[in-house]
Amino acid sequence: MFGSAIGPLIMPITTAFKTEIERISILDEHGNFDESLGKDLIPNADLVRLYEAMSACRFLDEVAFKLQRSGRMGTYPQNMGQEAPSLGAAYVLTKNDWLVTCYRENCGLFWRGVPMESILMHWMGDERGNAIPRELHCTPIAIPIGTQMLHATGLAWASKYRSEPHIACTFFGDGATSEGDFHEACNFAANLEIPVIFFCQNNFWAISVPGKIQCSAPTLAQRGIAYGMPCIQIDGNDIFAVVYAVKKAAAYTRATSKPYFIEAVTYRLADHTTADDARRYRDQAEVDIWKQRDPLIRTRDLMKKRKLWNDSKESDLQERLGKEIAAAVARAEGIAAPDRTDFFNYMYSELPSDLIRQRETMHTHSLGQDPSQLPAGAAMPTATAH
Amino acid sequence: MSVRMIEYREALREAMSEEMRRDKRVMLLGEEVAQYNGAYKVSRGMLDEFGARRVIDTPISESGFAGMAIGAAMLGLRPIVEFMSWSFSLVAADPILNNAPKMLYMSGGQFGCPIVFRGNDGAGGQLGSTHSWCVEGLFSNVPGLKMAIPSNPYDAKGLLKTAIRDDDPVFFLESERMLAAKGEVPEAEYLIPFGQARVCRVGTDCTIASWGRPVHFAVDAAEQLAKEGISCEVIDMRTVRPLDIGSVVRSVKKTGCLVVADQSWSFGSPGSELAAQVHQHCFDDLDHYVVRVHSADVPTPYAQNLEAEYLPNARRICEAVRVVTYNT
Repeated sequence: MFGSAIGPLIMPITTAFKTEIERISILDEHGNFDESLGKDLIPNADLVRLYEAMSACRFLDEVAFKLQRSGRMGTYPQNMGQEAPSLGAAYVLTKNDWLVTCYRENCGLFWRGVPMESILMHWMGDERGNAIPRELHCTPIAIPIGTQMLHATGLAWASKYRSEPHIACTFFGDGATSEGDFHEACNFAANLEIPVIFFCQNNFWAISVPGKIQCSAPTLAQRGIAYGMPCIQIDGNDIFAVVYAVKKAAAYTRATSKPYFIEAVTYRLADHTTADDARRYRDQAEVDIWKQRDPLIRTRDLMKKRKLWNDSKESDLQERLGKEIAAAVARAEGIAAPDRTDFFNYMYSELPSDLIRQRETMHTHSLGQDPSQLPAGAAMPTATAH
Repeated sequence: MSVRMIEYREALREAMSEEMRRDKRVMLLGEEVAQYNGAYKVSRGMLDEFGARRVIDTPISESGFAGMAIGAAMLGLRPIVEFMSWSFSLVAADPILNNAPKMLYMSGGQFGCPIVFRGNDGAGGQLGSTHSWCVEGLFSNVPGLKMAIPSNPYDAKGLLKTAIRDDDPVFFLESERMLAAKGEVPEAEYLIPFGQARVCRVGTDCTIASWGRPVHFAVDAAEQLAKEGISCEVIDMRTVRPLDIGSVVRSVKKTGCLVVADQSWSFGSPGSELAAQVHQHCFDDLDHYVVRVHSADVPTPYAQNLEAEYLPNARRICEAVRVVTYNT
């Protein structure tokens, strides 16, 4: 073929790889609804429940903020504006699929069945809030950025190993996609064929660090391409788009045992946490634009358009939520403080003798180091020769 | 059943294979553990026996497979994670220190982490400082984990089987320098419980406590000192978390002095912990303060002679024993 009679060889110009990132929006901020994608996606009765769940999360957020400001809670990260992504995922996934969250997924956790007081207790500084019952298939809230993505990959891997049909869905922010753990988790999941949905909540700000410092590519979704994953970008404030994407991702992941990447474009309407003041680094004009894109507003407007909702139902809901959340706060604040020896209880599957001694002597200066605190004959096992 | 002479690496392999036959939840993962039979051939033949589902070649990302093993363990599997060298575990610090040892605690008892992290520890023989990490000083400080450092094939097998059955994360520290060392290992099954030191040489004048490879330095020193008329009792701690302080205390009450041979750096090490505890328990029994023989406070040297000099070698242990027994 080289230099044939046809003429001199011209090296063909080829493309090794070509792609595009699909962006899904079904219910936009102006109330436009894409019937082709959105029809029958969420039954009306469910839509009302989803709206109520978002409203509950929002209400709790406001209560938690006030609790923090009045000294009744530690630092708290508000979820405001980001209710839809985790909720849509929890709505679509089965109860045995893992939700591996960081700290702005309250709405999905509540939908799954995590009691509100657990989340309140966690942020009030009570570790018992993280003791989420195993049957809910939610992991403890992960505060270090990114570590939970590897846990999700391991959970899904174990699930596959045990021939269970369950998948894992892990949540993380735009900032976390700069972490090595993100890339290692994606690489593992793709190469070892592990059924994980990587669900990025791109809220534009990692505390004060803007997205452009995390990623110079036009989308975060395309980060998944490098690992051979299908990727999709969605309007994260559109519960329909979230449900659409998670259904698609879950079906793919379950069928192929391969990972899927979702980038939900959303916005953190509040400060990073109650310890932050976002006014110092972002423009109010930007915040105002995103307030118009609030997931609650557009869902409520659609429900009104469909005659599912009215002002009186709204005020009834707010009244009911006020009572429910006040009760949850009362339960969280009413629980007796942990016993001062409690922190030893979950250190090991079986507490070793030196920790038993520390527990028994923690009222003393020495925490069990004083030899006189040794029970006679105890903690001095016999050395054995073989 | 008979007793055979097998290599340390074979003992490790037998432990893993036996436990994998016994328990389907156990699996091995790490770089090169499957197709290549392990960088140090510890897992030779295991892929053939157990298949790629249970002996898993991972991408080169320690944080990745350590973190993934945590997720798998949370769901009830029992992964064995091979780090090749503990030096490489440093890039996995977050999963192995910040997650695994505290997952049970932070989940209020919901999720344990029954994982064995294993690999070569300490100077491997002119590997240079970045590949010669001795991690027991760093990692044993963390509550929630257990740490075994076997010095011989018999202990390697018995302790690794115990580690795999343990419900908590176990850091299992091997030594490249001992992988080919042979020792007696019975064919019959046995387990060695954690927290039980072994008196490997009985003596009356001085106690030498050590673990891992320096146990051999201590035994060499004891033989040398015997010729000088100093009788040493050598105790192999086997595990540093839990630490069998009782065995050391009993021995020190007999000998009246203690030398600790520890290949980690001296500041905040298992050796300093052992010394502190012995001072607490044997204050009135000691004829001399406890002397610790550590590696020098410098990165592990590359040059052969310097590496040998840097370690807590027999010569320095001998000198320490002469000091504490007033035989200088």
